[in-house]
Amino acid sequence: MTGQTRIGLFGGVYSNALALRALLQDAGMRGLDRLYCLGDLGAFGPYPDRVCEVLRATGIPVIQGNYDHSLGNGLADCRCGYTDPRDNYFAKLSYDYTFSRTSTGHKCWLAQLPAELRLTIGPWRVLLCHGSPRKTNEFLWETATSDAFLAWLFKRYECDVIVATHTGLPWAREVTVQAGCQAHAAQADGVPRSGWFVNCGAIGRPANDGRTTVIYAVLSLPHTMLRKPEVKFVRLAYDHERFAGEMRAEGLPEEFVQTILTGWWTTCNEILPAKERARGRY
Amino acid sequence: MMSLAQVEDHVRKAVELGVKEFYFTGGEPFLHPQIEQMLSAALAVGPVTVLTNATRFTPERVAALARLRDASPYSLELRTSLDGFSSETNDPIRGWGSFQRILHGIRLLLEGGFLPIITAMRSWPVDQDEAQLAGFRNLLAAMGYRYPRMKLLPSLKLGQEVRRDRGYAEHEYLTESMMAGFDPGHLMCSSGRIVSARGVHVCPILVDWPDSYLGASLHEGQAQYTLRHQACLTCYQFGALCANASSSAPSLEQTRRHGRDPS
Ligand SMILES: [Fe+2]
Repeated sequence: MTGQTRIGLFGGVYSNALALRALLQDAGMRGLDRLYCLGDLGAFGPYPDRVCEVLRATGIPVIQGNYDHSLGNGLADCRCGYTDPRDNYFAKLSYDYTFSRTSTGHKCWLAQLPAELRLTIGPWRVLLCHGSPRKTNEFLWETATSDAFLAWLFKRYECDVIVATHTGLPWAREVTVQAGCQAHAAQADGVPRSGWFVNCGAIGRPANDGRTTVIYAVLSLPHTMLRKPEVKFVRLAYDHERFAGEMRAEGLPEEFVQTILTGWWTTCNEILPAKERARGRY
Repeated sequence: MMSLAQVEDHVRKAVELGVKEFYFTGGEPFLHPQIEQMLSAALAVGPVTVLTNATRFTPERVAALARLRDASPYSLELRTSLDGFSSETNDPIRGWGSFQRILHGIRLLLEGGFLPIITAMRSWPVDQDEAQLAGFRNLLAAMGYRYPRMKLLPSLKLGQEVRRDRGYAEHEYLTESMMAGFDPGHLMCSSGRIVSARGVHVCPILVDWPDSYLGASLHEGQAQYTLRHQACLTCYQFGALCANASSSAPSLEQTRRHGRDPS
């Protein structure tokens, strides 16, 4: 019986300090070995400095999301990739709010966060990023990302596990990484290897599924290649009503508050592929 | 016209190269007698978007498309051009009587449980986008499409747009200084290729220019392309024109915030 390492992966914090505290508590109870944050600390929610304070105090490694990059470098917007005027209106509203309320010290911290982290855990080469290994704000949706593209990523970036968060919708898939490629060669016995892609979801807002819980991922990495990595998505309940109250007190749009209270995305739906869009209410 | 065997072969090669998604365009893809088999071959290995004029749909065809959609783990996107929210505004661009035919097609798609992406060419100044979009949304909502998905396209100053609006002026080219600091990942030609019956081309807009031909097979069509055409300027200004919103990502290095830091 060999051991395993269990790591907690979360992102899309969106200033949700209440969910972040719930996560820290949950991870402690599960006895997870380590935690990693995959970025986008601000946006959407109130009092953006709070999550920065909590994260910096814990010392959890944090990867830079597009939002963190924009805030840290003083860009004009969040580079979320919205194309719809209504989406852009809400994105600008929350970006301007977050920009004006994030302290200079935290902005400097956000600016120097790394774009990716590479870990070796047992035999597994793990790559943590925000959107995709090639671009911080690339969307990798479950129904718009082919196996072939994921296999290409595992070869190109020489890893076995890729974790991202940017889209905020959790999913995981094992793909066969074809044998015969130099970078990520087949094992010595000629059996093609697998790669595991994980989107760990977002803890800052619900997953557009009509539930008020938010999601993070627990990845179990066995210390042998004879067993496969396993991904478990954890649904976190937190005091979402209190969070909604804080959002209202800060004058944030009622559309955002409704997402927290109902679990349905009310804005920024235009970036969803057909199948993800059909699952939502709006 | 491409044969089914040709399409299957290109799909296979695209998978070897790590393709992320497929787009079908034409002409009108649904005029091809084997379009459903082609879509099925692509949907087996990746997400598919079809650009259609929506005038060839029947209830049977839409039911067949719904079966293809439901059999795949990937999204099947149907993108339909509608260039105005009335006959008076759409038909001069898309053809006489096309408005009613397009609406009929959209209605069939909605009945089949599809959420078509309605694509409109911006034949108005950019600052009228919101008012124009509201017009489209009202029309579509009245047809039962409560939260319509819309994509606005800039007008490329080519083909009939030269007659309707204007062509590119002589000086409208990309210059080297414009390319400095520009992220070419922003453009579809940095990561996409188009295949036709003739072979591999750099992009769908330039398919008729001989110098956009890159070879017979996708494996030969990987070289970087110099943005030498006037239409490239429009892509440079507006981003990957042909991609879905779910596949576009703006450059992270542009648009630094101006003025005083409000904090
Ligand atoms: Fe992000």
